[in-house]
Amino acid sequence: MQPFLFSTAKNADEAVKEARANKTAKFIGGGTNLVDLMKMNVEAPGAIIDINALPFDKIESLPNGGMRIGALVRNSDLAYNETIQKDYPVLSQALLAGASPQLRNMATVGGNLMQRTRCPYFYGEGFRCNKKNPGAGCDALHGYNRSHAVLGTSDHCIATHPSDMCVALLALGATILVLGIHGEKKIPIETFHLLPGDTPQIETALEHGELITAIILPPASPGMKSGYLKIRDRASFDFALVSVAVVLDYDGNKIKHSSIALGGVGTKPWKCHDAAMILNGKAASRKIFQQAAEASMRGAKAYSYNGFKIEMAKRAVTRALLQTGGLS
Amino acid sequence: MNDVLGKPIDRVDGNLKVRGRATYVAEFMPEGLVYAVTLQSNISKGSIKSIDTGDAAQLRGVIAVITYKNAMRLQPATGSNDPGSGKFGEKDLLPLQDNKIYYDGQHIAMVVAETFEIAEEAVQMIKVLYEEENPLIEIEQGLKDKYQPAKAFGRDTQFARGDVQAAIKQSPVTISEQYTTPVYHHNAMEPHATIAVWQGDELTMYDSTQSVLGSRAMTARLLGIPAEKIHLLSPFIGGGFGSKGFMWAHTVLAPMAAKHVGKPVKLVLNRTQMFTCNGRRSRTIQKINLGANKDGKLNAVIHDTTAETSFVDEFVETAGIATSVLYACPNLVASHNLVRLNKNTPCPTRAPGEAPGTFAIESAMDELSYALKIDPIQLRLINYAEVDPQKNLPWSLKNLKDCYKIGADAIGWANRKPAPRSMQEKGYLVGYGMATAIYPANRSAATVKLQLFADGHAILSCCTQDIGTGTYTIFAQVVADVLGLPVEKIEVKLGDTALPNGPNSGGSQTAASVTPAANAAAISLRDKLLQLSITDSNSPLYQQRKEKIKTANGHFFVSDDPSKLDSYVQILARNKMSSIDAEQVTNVSTREGPKKEVQRTEDPVAIVKQDEEVERKKYTFFSFGAQFAKVLVDPLLGVVHVDHCVAVMDVGKILNVKTARNQIMGGMIFGIGMALMEGSHYDPRSGRIVTKDLADYHVPVHADMPSFDIRFIDQPDPYISPIGARGIGEIGITGITAAIVNAVYHATGKRIRDLPITPDKLLYL
Repeated sequence: MQPFLFSTAKNADEAVKEARANKTAKFIGGGTNLVDLMKMNVEAPGAIIDINALPFDKIESLPNGGMRIGALVRNSDLAYNETIQKDYPVLSQALLAGASPQLRNMATVGGNLMQRTRCPYFYGEGFRCNKKNPGAGCDALHGYNRSHAVLGTSDHCIATHPSDMCVALLALGATILVLGIHGEKKIPIETFHLLPGDTPQIETALEHGELITAIILPPASPGMKSGYLKIRDRASFDFALVSVAVVLDYDGNKIKHSSIALGGVGTKPWKCHDAAMILNGKAASRKIFQQAAEASMRGAKAYSYNGFKIEMAKRAVTRALLQTGGLS
Repeated sequence: MNDVLGKPIDRVDGNLKVRGRATYVAEFMPEGLVYAVTLQSNISKGSIKSIDTGDAAQLRGVIAVITYKNAMRLQPATGSNDPGSGKFGEKDLLPLQDNKIYYDGQHIAMVVAETFEIAEEAVQMIKVLYEEENPLIEIEQGLKDKYQPAKAFGRDTQFARGDVQAAIKQSPVTISEQYTTPVYHHNAMEPHATIAVWQGDELTMYDSTQSVLGSRAMTARLLGIPAEKIHLLSPFIGGGFGSKGFMWAHTVLAPMAAKHVGKPVKLVLNRTQMFTCNGRRSRTIQKINLGANKDGKLNAVIHDTTAETSFVDEFVETAGIATSVLYACPNLVASHNLVRLNKNTPCPTRAPGEAPGTFAIESAMDELSYALKIDPIQLRLINYAEVDPQKNLPWSLKNLKDCYKIGADAIGWANRKPAPRSMQEKGYLVGYGMATAIYPANRSAATVKLQLFADGHAILSCCTQDIGTGTYTIFAQVVADVLGLPVEKIEVKLGDTALPNGPNSGGSQTAASVTPAANAAAISLRDKLLQLSITDSNSPLYQQRKEKIKTANGHFFVSDDPSKLDSYVQILARNKMSSIDAEQVTNVSTREGPKKEVQRTEDPVAIVKQDEEVERKKYTFFSFGAQFAKVLVDPLLGVVHVDHCVAVMDVGKILNVKTARNQIMGGMIFGIGMALMEGSHYDPRSGRIVTKDLADYHVPVHADMPSFDIRFIDQPDPYISPIGARGIGEIGITGITAAIVNAVYHATGKRIRDLPITPDKLLYL
């Protein structure tokens, strides 16, 4: 770990100003990812701005029926919030599928959105990595890449996005509220995380110094069912081989609207538009779920050790749809 | 005796540990302490072309930067291969002596600084240029230079009896398969750590080790000083699993650094470094051929293992040794081959040899049972070894048939439908599997000192270690049982070279080796005290007959008249003694047979004489067990959950049912890890380790746990010692891995021979 300046932000505008003034500054919430990366010498911020004193720790219901979740809400508080458990079970389940109780007690939802990949070549000292050193090359491409992505990859990066929470937020169609020097702006979750392309070091739509203040969930309709399924090498405290967030909005037996998002397989949380198109307007059945599952992995590309993820993801989508749709 | 032996009492050090008051090595803070951090190589083969330490050396707070250019020269790591008397993990790679790189993650520089943080910062400023060479990364690449090692730990590695090739040809039913296990890392929770404090030419060391004597002896040899000049302490060890048995570079780097800067130095490895700097288990490729008659009788067993070693030392993963004694089979070959790779040197890991070996042979036996359509337990009974089939000697104790029977009843084996994929529960495929557990019952020489003080408390001391297994507790129980003292009145001192000699804590031998000495010392002390009591006219027990005297709660009493009693405190007071002591040597080894040249500090009690006169060469010492698993397999997703495990263990006298159960359960949990998730992975091009933290290296967590039913035959081994106890640290992991693999086959009809069984391997069921 390298030395850094440490300051505590008194209000959000000052925090943004302070960060804008120092190109190497980082905000810290729970620190469960950033401090790890600093210890591994992957991140070496010159300044750490502690935002924990800012008033972003509330979970509120909105007049339109949606929810506003402050960026500093701890993962465990959100997971066990009664409204979230009742109306957005996919989000509660995804949060509880991630990390361990100790980490969830520390980790904030804003930090979770900013989580960086667990690619061991990114973490490991001395490997070539375009995220760490743009232009250096990617040792994962032909390396031990069992945990890596099969969707959204490029020749520059095949690292998976590690979050469970973001997969649920993507399926729910959440919006991220961000404070910059020109005021507040809204970023849909789907455009918040970026594909690696030839700039894998740029991971989100945030500009330097911009601060996440809250996440907005759209209203949950009465016919909405949702659920999260995660497959991993051990039963807890493990990143996903494949995970699936499913939101099905029913009108009787008919699926009015559906949304499927995947984790563990994409370079960003992955929205399966084709799969949703197959389901929308159709009556729920095992057959239609299987068709959707088949479509969910369109465009997937296998690397030397991770080809199994393509079939595994299709099966996981099938299972998640059956379970959430009550057909299993 | 006071019925304390075997009781499930809580660990005597448990309170200290949960309150954070048990001081582990890295927590000692000698005055004037400074901190060392090492830098590792990030290539697998080559040499250092240049190493620029200028910036690091100039950082404020840095005291020294040590590389091969300015490091103290070390003496060769000569001596035995025995961790008890000192075994350096990589005898041909002493740290910071030259610029050669043999593997990824090798120590190449060390910064000493006023704080740990400064040392960490400085180590990143060292700039290294390498001359890279092509490394040998996997066994398959090095097969042309494969060789057969003669010995491992001074013992044979190649076994043969009968004519195995002819027997295979004549067998109507054969199995011929290859089983593979990946590299494993021990991952003890407590990191490896050493503190070195020089005072003149005397050195005090705190070192997290499974062998204080070995660590001291080897450090002395490398530094070229007499062992007596080193006082080495290791009071608490947060797990070793074999990785702290051999001595590794950091243990000598700390005194080198301390000498270099003239201050006490602390060196603690971090988790990443623990994947390259302190051993590992070799990958194994095991080829097994079985030949049997249609009635199930084995004619031939071939177990050929190929494992890895490094270019800087030799270590053999002896996977086939257990196979040579498991079953009565007249024709057998158990052979071991090694290939040298550019990876760090393997070392003993959680039942070295037996853990991967029983996975392979007990999987093969399961395959044979299906080929023969004979129940897996029945097949093992048909081939039950009534004597050690390799040495043709009687077992010192073997109740394995009882283990099979009790275990089968416990798991409901009778309700198991034999056909694969024939059982289901709630949408899961259900499978039952079993396997035999086996581990040698070792015992070595040990000396203890027992002192009883005027206030009625006792201290038992021995330099052996408690590596988290419950050694402190069982030793106190042995003394309490003989002296009739409450366990709280007995302090046990361990892990300190100033204390009487004891064994290294490896090879499951500590309990078996030290408890006979503790027992004999307690008897000796009791007799001395009793003599003082019955010969003293002021004693309530004056002229009582010895045979009628019993002990309880710190006093002697007459067995048929308990009102007549004499307390130890009174005896010492009457005799104006501040303490009374007994030192006991038991110079006995299950490996070497009896030794007559015993040096005793006082008259031997009969029990020790008997102990030493047992002709151990006439017996063969092994622990056994039967382990069972019930698994649930998700047929769509390939995810396996171990639902229930049963173990019935024949491991001699149980000294504490609670700590014993902990030991077996811990082993079985590591077995679940081996079966389902554990394994280290290397980059296929550079040979560098990729999975080097506990997020990528998977050990089981609570959510993976089955329910456990762990039982003991609890019969003393009459030949190992008068106490009859054996060590049980390692046998728990043997058998269970195969039991789970066999259960997965029973559930799914799919045989996985390449561990671990991750969900991707069961996708196409």
